[in-house]
Amino acid sequence: MTPQTSRIDITLDTALDSVSLAEEMSLRVASAAGFGDEECHRIGMSVREGVINAFHYGNSERRDKKIRLAFELTPEKMVIHVLDEGEGFNLADVPDPLAEENLLKMSGRGIFLMRAFMDEFEVARGRQGGAEVIMAKRFPHPRTASPEVATAKRRATRKEK
Amino acid sequence: MGFKATARESGNITLVDISGQITLGEGSAKLRELLRDLLAKGNSRIVLNLGDVSYIDSSGIGELVSGFNSVRNRGGELKLLNLTKKVHDVMLITKLYTVFDIHSDENTAVRSFS
Repeated sequence: MTPQTSRIDITLDTALDSVSLAEEMSLRVASAAGFGDEECHRIGMSVREGVINAFHYGNSERRDKKIRLAFELTPEKMVIHVLDEGEGFNLADVPDPLAEENLLKMSGRGIFLMRAFMDEFEVARGRQGGAEVIMAKRFPHPRTASPEVATAKRRATRKEK
Repeated sequence: MGFKATARESGNITLVDISGQITLGEGSAKLRELLRDLLAKGNSRIVLNLGDVSYIDSSGIGELVSGFNSVRNRGGELKLLNLTKKVHDVMLITKLYTVFDIHSDENTAVRSFS
């Protein structure tokens, strides 16, 4: 992690409430980082889907397991980590929900939505097992300072015009 | 915002006005119950008006697809009306726009039943 990177780590219970809580936190971080409404929505929905996966598939809805969520802000992008305590999975094994034979299946769209909404997406094996979803949304313009300073600079630029 | 649904009739078509969120938990569960109840009562020509649905996630989408399959298996039809931008975008990228019969006008939706 570089000096310009800030990180927030959160441990969530494997509970239904954690899904909305994680989404709400991601929206606040994304908004404070300077993303617009549409991008915030896409980030929030991706975090929701990542935590749903961890809650349901990774941790099998077991209350004794935890979900670890992290937000990293670098000058270029917002990176999100969602780590579960399950058995992990290979991205290549996930069926394509757009395939004709899968279109009318009830599940299997969460990963697809995360990939569609974020600029970067991968699934790694956690250090102590489990699946770690790592996804990122790039800033339209690289950040050179804290979100507050960047916002103040944008306001000043608009006034000059 | 919670999930709310109000059913009304237009001829032999059931229109359901839905508002709130169709997401994992309450929203998805209530949509499942709603469609199950309608089918149990013999209503299999259904239009879901999603004009006031502010948000849908993969669980909600799954519930819509499940409902579509159940209604079709009974020989009926499940159609969608008035998608908000967020719901429309999700339906578009998941290619479900090609599966569901989607309308933006209620009369057209009602008349479209075979």
